[in-house]
Amino acid sequence: MSEAVLSVQDLRTQFKTRTGMLNAVDGVSFEVGRGRILGLVGESGSGKSVTGYSILGLIEPPGLIAGGEVLLNGRDITRLKGDELRRVRGAQIAMVFQDPMMTLNPVLKIGTQMIAAVRAHDRVSRRTAWERARDALAKVGIPSPEERLDAYPHQLSGGMRQRVAIAIALLHRPAVIIADEPTTALDVSIQGQILAEVRRLADETGTAFVWVTHDLAVVSSLADDICVMYAGRIVETGAAADVIASPRHPYTAGLLASVPAEHEPGERLPQVPGSTPSLSDLPPGCAFAPRCFKAGPACTTTPPIQKFEDGRTALCHYPIESNSCQPLSSTSTTYRSAS
Amino acid sequence: MIGFLIQRILQALLVIVAMSVIVFLGVYAIGNPIDVMIDPASDQALREALIHRYGLDLPLIQQYFVFMNNMLHGDLGESFIYRLPVLSLIFSRFPATLELALCAMLIATCLGIPLGLWAGYKPDALSSKAIMAFSVLGFSVPTFWVGLLLIMTFAVELGWLPSGGRGPTANVLGMNLSVTSLEGLSYIILPALNLALFKLGLLIRLTRAGTVEVMSSDYVRFARAQGLSEGKVVGLHVLKNISIPIVTVFGLELGSTLAFAVVTETVFNWPGMGKLIIDSITVLDRPVMVAYLILVVFLFVLINLAVDLIYGQLDPRIRVKASS
Repeated sequence: MSEAVLSVQDLRTQFKTRTGMLNAVDGVSFEVGRGRILGLVGESGSGKSVTGYSILGLIEPPGLIAGGEVLLNGRDITRLKGDELRRVRGAQIAMVFQDPMMTLNPVLKIGTQMIAAVRAHDRVSRRTAWERARDALAKVGIPSPEERLDAYPHQLSGGMRQRVAIAIALLHRPAVIIADEPTTALDVSIQGQILAEVRRLADETGTAFVWVTHDLAVVSSLADDICVMYAGRIVETGAAADVIASPRHPYTAGLLASVPAEHEPGERLPQVPGSTPSLSDLPPGCAFAPRCFKAGPACTTTPPIQKFEDGRTALCHYPIESNSCQPLSSTSTTYRSAS
Repeated sequence: MIGFLIQRILQALLVIVAMSVIVFLGVYAIGNPIDVMIDPASDQALREALIHRYGLDLPLIQQYFVFMNNMLHGDLGESFIYRLPVLSLIFSRFPATLELALCAMLIATCLGIPLGLWAGYKPDALSSKAIMAFSVLGFSVPTFWVGLLLIMTFAVELGWLPSGGRGPTANVLGMNLSVTSLEGLSYIILPALNLALFKLGLLIRLTRAGTVEVMSSDYVRFARAQGLSEGKVVGLHVLKNISIPIVTVFGLELGSTLAFAVVTETVFNWPGMGKLIIDSITVLDRPVMVAYLILVVFLFVLINLAVDLIYGQLDPRIRVKASS
């Protein structure tokens, strides 16, 4: 990977609860280079969204960032406070949220919200801000942007609203955009359009994306690299094509095996047995061990980060060695017999 | 927009007609005004003459239609007691109540919204908890008692402010107002504060509840992710979103303050409409009661119409529904 614009090092985010501290993000590290798209994949509750929020310092009590660094162009932004943090947000690093119905204020015109976003960082006239907002809308493929600026959010479709949100995120040409499941709430056809648009924008503007999602199909068509998260930790990293072709971590293999498109109609869909563990009740050692088909006696101890020759890593005692798709079919039979 | 307005005005007319029936029947049921008006010792002939003169011998439905007919011609009758046209009687008292109510609403709004915003913005701060405790006091302590307390403290003990009455008034736009002079203001401060206290508590709680809800919304998080300053987040995103419940309550409270400032007006001997209606009820001055209640209905309908129109300005989604 070329030099990283965003480098997250050993990030830890905790939530204070009655039963004690929960480690929602437990020592997460990754890097994203200029113009690259990183897919951060995991099930609900794996800590992937909290990771996104933590990077921008949007964690609110009872949550807190307990440790680690978020280096944006070499500068640690977890230590920033107040106005310093405000000046980084939106200008150098921006975020797009999951539900486009909720992220725009329903009682303010699109134009009002975009002009405020422009003027949060640049002292320009309303007229100039309006023009920049219009150009930003045009850039994300919104037809007749002047009219859209005069519209309220409810007058736009979900896909349009998400494009507006992406346009807002792009306003100040940030180095990085964190996108938290931005296409989950959209139709598949709209999702496809937006993914293509994002790929183009990353290539054209050099903006790096961290694309948080549970959807492996999205990641496989969009991301350059993948990080798979489970119970607050990154369990596997690598180039997107490699990880999808031959997962090294049993959890990734299980996720891939349960993608419906990979199977014949009528065939029983393999599942990862069990469900995501509660963060307050994690097993010692590898958190995935109770659901894992390869689990062995060593799994009660913290797994090592195994590094592979092609730059990939897996947090596992018994990573899948084969490069072919062989383990996939064997995993699915195993699950079938287990269920 | 015009369709919406016409629809609302028709609704308002319907409400006024329905209320006039209820008020008329209700007042009719509470007793014969003739018994109050004349000496019980007077003879039957005089009694009948009087009953005939006021149309009280007609069937009830006919009395109602006479009354409605007169009302449509702007004549709400004449007070049995004051021997004055009811409308001019009420309107002579109206400015006093209007300025008192407006002052109270001004105090409640100017203090309540900022305090509520703060309490909602920093819900865990000690100051916020103090504000909330105060707001509970505000609407749970009886108005008359607070009024007496205010008089005891500021008029009797400290001697800073007058204890009651209205003070000098000046004629502004045909209305006698006391807020135009400093001395007049000194008379209105205590009753206005007294009247404002309940609304202040209400507005604080309402504003706080709305603020807490909006602060945790995705669009506030998104606004922060854009690097908007906290001032902008509150001033642009929060204030506009919480204004709908606030405008609703403001309208209702303005109406009820204008109509029923009775307790405060009594405690502070403020010569407003509240005192007029209480006096009229005591002596069964029927035309005043009926006219007053109908005017109150009219006032509420008018305020609600204004509130509805403001809604459309505040929330574009309501505008769409109304026009479709």
